[in-house]
Amino acid sequence: MLIILVLHFVVALVAPVGFRWLGRNAFYVLALVPAGSFLWLLTQHDGAYSPGAIERNVQWIPQLGLSLDFRLDPLSWVMCLLVLGVGALVLAYCARYFKKRDAGLGAFGAELLAFAGVMFGLVTANNLLLMYIFWELTSVLSYLLIGYSRHRLAARRAALQALVVTTLGGLAMLVGLILLGVSAGSYRLTDVLAKGPELLGNGGGLMINTAIVLVLMGAVSKSALFPFHFWLPGAMAAPTPVSAYLHAAAMVKAGVYLVARLAPGYSASSYWQWCVLVLGLGTMLLGGWRALREHDLKLILAYGTVSQLGFLTVMVGLGTQAAALAGLALLLAHGLFKATLFLVVGIIDHQTGTRDIRLLSGVFSSAPVLGVVALVAAASMAGIPPLAGFVAKESALDALLGNAGNSAVGVMALTAVVLGSVLTFAYSARFIWGGFAPKSGISTTNFKPVPLTFLAAPLVLSVGSVVYGCWPGAVDGWLAPYAAQFGPQEESSHVALWHGLTPALGLSGAIIVAGIVLFVSRTAVGTAMDRLPQGPNADSVYRRVVAVLDDVAIAVTGRTQRGSLFFYLAVILSTSIVLAWLAILWGGQPLAKVYVIDPGSPVQLLAGAVTVAGGLAAARANKRFLAVLMVSVSGYGIALIFALQGAPDLALTQMLVETVVLIAFVLAMRTLPARLRERTAGTRRAIRIVIGVAFGITMVVVALTAMAGRTAVPISTAFAQLAYQDGGGANIVNVTLVDIRAWDTFGEISVLAIAATGVASLIFVRGRGDRLQPASTAPTGSVGRTEQSPGHQHRDIATLELSRRFATADSDAWLVGGRTLAPERRSIIFEVATRLVFHSMIIFSVYLLLAGHNSPGGGFAGGLMAGLALAIRYLAGGRFELGEAAPVRAGVMLGGGLGLAALTALFPLLLGGDVFQSAILHFTLPVFGDIKFATATFFDIGVYLVVVGLVLDILRSLGAEVDSQQEAS
Amino acid sequence: MSANLTLLVVMGVLYACGIYLLLERSLTRVLLGLMLLTNATNILLLTTGGYAGLAPLVAKDIPADAYNDPLPQALILTSIVISLAVTAVMLGLIYRSWQLGRVDEVQDDAEDKRVAEQHGFDVEDDSHVAAETTEFVPQEDESVTQDDGAQPGLFDDEGTS
Repeated sequence: MLIILVLHFVVALVAPVGFRWLGRNAFYVLALVPAGSFLWLLTQHDGAYSPGAIERNVQWIPQLGLSLDFRLDPLSWVMCLLVLGVGALVLAYCARYFKKRDAGLGAFGAELLAFAGVMFGLVTANNLLLMYIFWELTSVLSYLLIGYSRHRLAARRAALQALVVTTLGGLAMLVGLILLGVSAGSYRLTDVLAKGPELLGNGGGLMINTAIVLVLMGAVSKSALFPFHFWLPGAMAAPTPVSAYLHAAAMVKAGVYLVARLAPGYSASSYWQWCVLVLGLGTMLLGGWRALREHDLKLILAYGTVSQLGFLTVMVGLGTQAAALAGLALLLAHGLFKATLFLVVGIIDHQTGTRDIRLLSGVFSSAPVLGVVALVAAASMAGIPPLAGFVAKESALDALLGNAGNSAVGVMALTAVVLGSVLTFAYSARFIWGGFAPKSGISTTNFKPVPLTFLAAPLVLSVGSVVYGCWPGAVDGWLAPYAAQFGPQEESSHVALWHGLTPALGLSGAIIVAGIVLFVSRTAVGTAMDRLPQGPNADSVYRRVVAVLDDVAIAVTGRTQRGSLFFYLAVILSTSIVLAWLAILWGGQPLAKVYVIDPGSPVQLLAGAVTVAGGLAAARANKRFLAVLMVSVSGYGIALIFALQGAPDLALTQMLVETVVLIAFVLAMRTLPARLRERTAGTRRAIRIVIGVAFGITMVVVALTAMAGRTAVPISTAFAQLAYQDGGGANIVNVTLVDIRAWDTFGEISVLAIAATGVASLIFVRGRGDRLQPASTAPTGSVGRTEQSPGHQHRDIATLELSRRFATADSDAWLVGGRTLAPERRSIIFEVATRLVFHSMIIFSVYLLLAGHNSPGGGFAGGLMAGLALAIRYLAGGRFELGEAAPVRAGVMLGGGLGLAALTALFPLLLGGDVFQSAILHFTLPVFGDIKFATATFFDIGVYLVVVGLVLDILRSLGAEVDSQQEAS
Repeated sequence: MSANLTLLVVMGVLYACGIYLLLERSLTRVLLGLMLLTNATNILLLTTGGYAGLAPLVAKDIPADAYNDPLPQALILTSIVISLAVTAVMLGLIYRSWQLGRVDEVQDDAEDKRVAEQHGFDVEDDSHVAAETTEFVPQEDESVTQDDGAQPGLFDDEGTS
């Protein structure tokens, strides 16, 4: 069974290649797959009808109850007959339906074959979730198949409509299936069915009833029952073979199949009965009525199909043995005659170029064989003996008569079905008359002779209708085991051509007579129909609903996505404020006790005041650099707070970072105007103040609440011992960073590397600019030369000339790159000072790095210190000096640092340890004496390199590259 | 545990100033606001460490709870350096925005505005499509011949039986 399934998909995958070789004849090769499967199916008859049926189970995701369970039992077997048989014929038919030069045939053939495979999977799946997967696959493939003519708007729209409607139902069904599976405790279909009577006891709970209604919603949408029936006529934009297969024989039967599958377990539910009866009967009448009004042959068939699907659903859903038998008999008969009729319409359309019955005339005389085929199929649809449709309808009427004796509902069902059958007879007659009869006033339609290969598929199907009708015994044998699940009744029914003179036969006769009357008086009926008030058209209702959805979506998007950052932030911040207050007020947490002056650091008040002053001034500042300076003031104030609090590492790092940031700001902002934009005034400003103040207050209260909630002893009290004994360092903060929480730090230096690369890529527009130019390539005094413009003051010009006369020494007096600077840019004091402090700073940075394990310092502080040393060289000597000062490229530093850190992480694995496990090495060196060395220091060196790389990237991007861009412009 | 109100007030003011600047249009102010928010958050972390204490450098005879809590300190250290990286990237953005467009402001997203102003009518979805009664377009198919006498729409099934 699995092989059959896989075979369909594999052949479908390679199908496009076949089409390249064979052209449209490749359809014949594709048809061999379902045809062969059909033969295989015949050999499986005995297995499927044995008590245990045929089962194949493969585990997939057992935790979700999802496994590849397949089961071929009588119901599946009968469905497979239809799916595979009609599938093979339709594929063969396609070989003549399409023209040799039609585009996209490869994909189309593949989709159609895959569809046959999916349908096979759907009807054999024995797991609710697996079945759902196949179910949705049919929706997707149907979308692709309907939209085959992608250049036609009608086809695209119909495809989308079918997809939306069936997926809507499918999603509802998924919820229903999950509810069903949870209630039954298993997703296996056989288990779920066995649990049915137990679950429905006492009228069933809310859960099981909801599940039933939701699952039926899926079936109703798939089988195009009211109120979802409109997608099926719309889907007639599909190529006719697709309509014949999907919209007559296979896909739309999926809903009927689902009802038939669940009926043995769940048809006793009153929700089930009402859904099935009301929607099914309503659809039957509505579809038949609409079919009488259409002029397009295909639409007549489409509405006829809608009508018949309603009929089928009622029969298989009723839940009695006779009805179940009749339902399946109808299902087979309908598959045979409706597929035939669609294929006939396809031929008519192909040969004449129209399907409009107002244009067709006298087709029968041009194509008698085609006419006979159509006549047989239509007669079967109308229920004329001795054809399949008659036999099946007989048993349906018989079942309904048996049911009518029990209740008023039964009488209603019988009446509706009889009325529906009259309509069916009338539109069947109208189809034959419209498609084939000669009509006065219309000249005979030109009709090309039909080749036999084209006609073969409908011919075989109509022969099937005749054989089924004349010898229904075999079919009866196929269906009886399924029907027997509904329990023995006083007298079991059978499908047969001749039951004797029964009331059902009388009803059949009456239906035929009434149908003839309705057809003959069609002119009068048509006029009467037009006089009736027109109800709302389901299709236009759908369109209106979608239009309203569109409008709502645009309105909601327009209100929420305004494109204004201010608006977004204001909403986010207000929400966070309100939510925090709700939690505080509802939670009833007490606030922490507070103290104003910390006995350990009373000077904190002063530092706090500086910080606050800096922040407030920054908020008010109108000049760019003033604002930046004020933020720095607040930053340095915080460094002071850190120092007073007992955090020397933080104070050191904060000082260094503030300095680097200040330099970066000055470098980046030197080309921007000095004044900031005027602060926005008015309402917006008021809103900003309110949100800002509210946020500040909220954070204070949140902090107080959080701290009051703290009861446990901090885990960090154990850090001192951990750091000293296991980490081998006295500086707890540093050991925390490089050892105890090394993963955090590793993530952080990765972010630093990314940010550094980000800065460089933002500034370097052309090329990476990775290699800094050595100073020897630049002519003396070329960098940053001031233009002599008339705007300069006389005094300035004099100063400039003076400096140029004296300071053009062609030698590297103090700094390597110093001579490249324009004389007016040079500061001899700065150059001398740089020369003095640079090496000391580098040494100090290395000291910070290595000593950091035991005293304040570490990779971060050391790296920042080295970065500052580079910054001083750059500021004093220009961009060529930076090239001379940096021994390697920034990228190498970043990569090397990350690599070293990663190696430190992974190396212990080689020795059988854990990631980031550190060791303490003891050894003795001359001069230094006993040395205690923690391997975590290697990690810290990696951090150091990354930080230096970051600062170097900032300098070469915001500094050197911006310099050369400014000079170039 | 009890909380240091001085530090919390400093934090609150920095948050307020930071948010105030963040909501500005000028990109530079937005960046400064972000930096103030970082500083405020660092202080929040610091307050969770409790009273001022000794620097967390292990020495003999000092009990573990005499140090200022090292865990928040480690978190803050991470935060400080990350904020340097973020600031650098933002500076790159500001410079680039100025260099390319002479703009130093947060601008409204024109695409969002266009979405909000669009009409619900969509040609693909809502235009009228005439009913088609054939898949075989006549121009492409030589087998089709339209009879001159047959004019679509004139004949209905009424009166033509």
